[in-house]
Amino acid sequence: MTDTPTNGVRQVFQLKSASVSMTALALYYFENEEFEATLRDKINQAPGFFKDVPLIISLEKYEGLDSDLDFFSIIGTCRRHNIHIVGVRGGNEDQRRMARGASLALIPGTSARDKDHANDSTLDAPAPEPIAEFTSAPTVAVPAKIISRPVRSGQQVCAAEGDLVILASVQPGAEVMAAGNIHVYGPLRGRALAGVNGDEDARIFCQSLEAELVSIAGHYKISEDLQGSGWKSAVQLQLKDSLMVVTPLEKA
Amino acid sequence: MAKIIVVTSGKGGVGKTTTSASISTGIAKRGHKTVVIDFDVGLRNLDLIMNCERRVVFDFINVIQGEASLNQALIRDKRVNTLSILPASQTRGKEALTKEGVERVINELAQTFDYIICDSPAGIEHGAQMALYFADEAIVITNPEVSSVRDSDRILGILQSKSRRAEKGQDPVKEHLLVTRYNPVRVERGEMLSVTDIEEILAIPLMGVIPESQIVLNSSNQGIPVILETESDAGQAYDDAVARLLGEEREHRFMTAQRKGFISRIFKGD
Repeated sequence: MTDTPTNGVRQVFQLKSASVSMTALALYYFENEEFEATLRDKINQAPGFFKDVPLIISLEKYEGLDSDLDFFSIIGTCRRHNIHIVGVRGGNEDQRRMARGASLALIPGTSARDKDHANDSTLDAPAPEPIAEFTSAPTVAVPAKIISRPVRSGQQVCAAEGDLVILASVQPGAEVMAAGNIHVYGPLRGRALAGVNGDEDARIFCQSLEAELVSIAGHYKISEDLQGSGWKSAVQLQLKDSLMVVTPLEKA
Repeated sequence: MAKIIVVTSGKGGVGKTTTSASISTGIAKRGHKTVVIDFDVGLRNLDLIMNCERRVVFDFINVIQGEASLNQALIRDKRVNTLSILPASQTRGKEALTKEGVERVINELAQTFDYIICDSPAGIEHGAQMALYFADEAIVITNPEVSSVRDSDRILGILQSKSRRAEKGQDPVKEHLLVTRYNPVRVERGEMLSVTDIEEILAIPLMGVIPESQIVLNSSNQGIPVILETESDAGQAYDDAVARLLGEEREHRFMTAQRKGFISRIFKGD
């Protein structure tokens, strides 16, 4: 969706619709020191992940007192850890008024698609009741990156967020990477790394498997190990119990 | 508007200079004003193959650095009068090729010439990147062997990402594949990659196949561009390639092994 420019008038800007996937912090109660300790703990588990991310505070599960809810402290604490609170979701009228007072955006509604993923983390020690948990906000599909020319030796193509679709060949010495799936509608002769952010459900599809290396969420196989099954034929690769499985595409 | 064509390969010794000499001669013979620039600073060869090494006074680097005018450095070919050669310097390093300097010289040449052929040095470093930076079209020279094909693929990637057309988001550099040193007999024996294999791997249009031939070496040593050896298969193959480069349709030749006839076998005794 784009607003139409008026003919002949030079515009300062144009409004365009954009959708981003964001992380939500579901707050249970607020106590500044505990909050900071938990936050530091979470960041230490994945230092890169939280750097300069926008975060929204979700108040649906808030059980503390309204008077405890100090948005200025939350914003300040997060800012010290390079996290930027951009808005608030849920909460009652008073809470939302306070959020507005702290210059936070009010984000409508919640979604059943929100899933808790803090608890399934194996890194979590049997911790005392968490005061905050990270849940992912409604995810909007990130458009796939589509490449229509061959990826040549020495070139690197990366889809940092979604899927990567290549309508030509991936040549020896080339490298293609994606956070999601990788589709190659030509021979895959170089390296393909799917699920680079750790998504074990990511898959690699190709018209002809001739790769130097394939990797899904860090589990990799080199050309030597691939010779047995599906070599030079159309296959998909996926992880089953952390093992890479090659399946012919026509029988998939 | 002058057309700038780079002759490149990544790998060394595959026939870039031989091809630059023949292609530029071929274009000039058809009446187009053509200049061929030797970018192989420090290892100049083009003047040898064009048989003008004794006439080099000033060179490309002298012009870039303002020590000589373009007219002083350009050498008019004695066989084809629409062809000029801008030789490389033998005493400087490749870092003397600055982007601004090369651009200035090419712009000046573009005012007089219809075709500017850039003979690239081997490799993918600065010299090769300068040779291809301003190109509108690229002739990628490949020998029928795996390492040459791999290097050609690498240089195609650089053409797509580091040329002026790529940086400015213009139409991509038009790519042509020229397979040199092709020996159909050895291809049949499985000792060389076939043209079909190379085309399949590199996925760019085929401009020509130059058969492996003793003529190429002989004419290089004598300073005659192979294309002028009109009786030879290599010379004819280059002529076909030039015709295709200029937009003519010609059937590909010299790609299959010649079967020796029954009679010639009897009379030659082999």
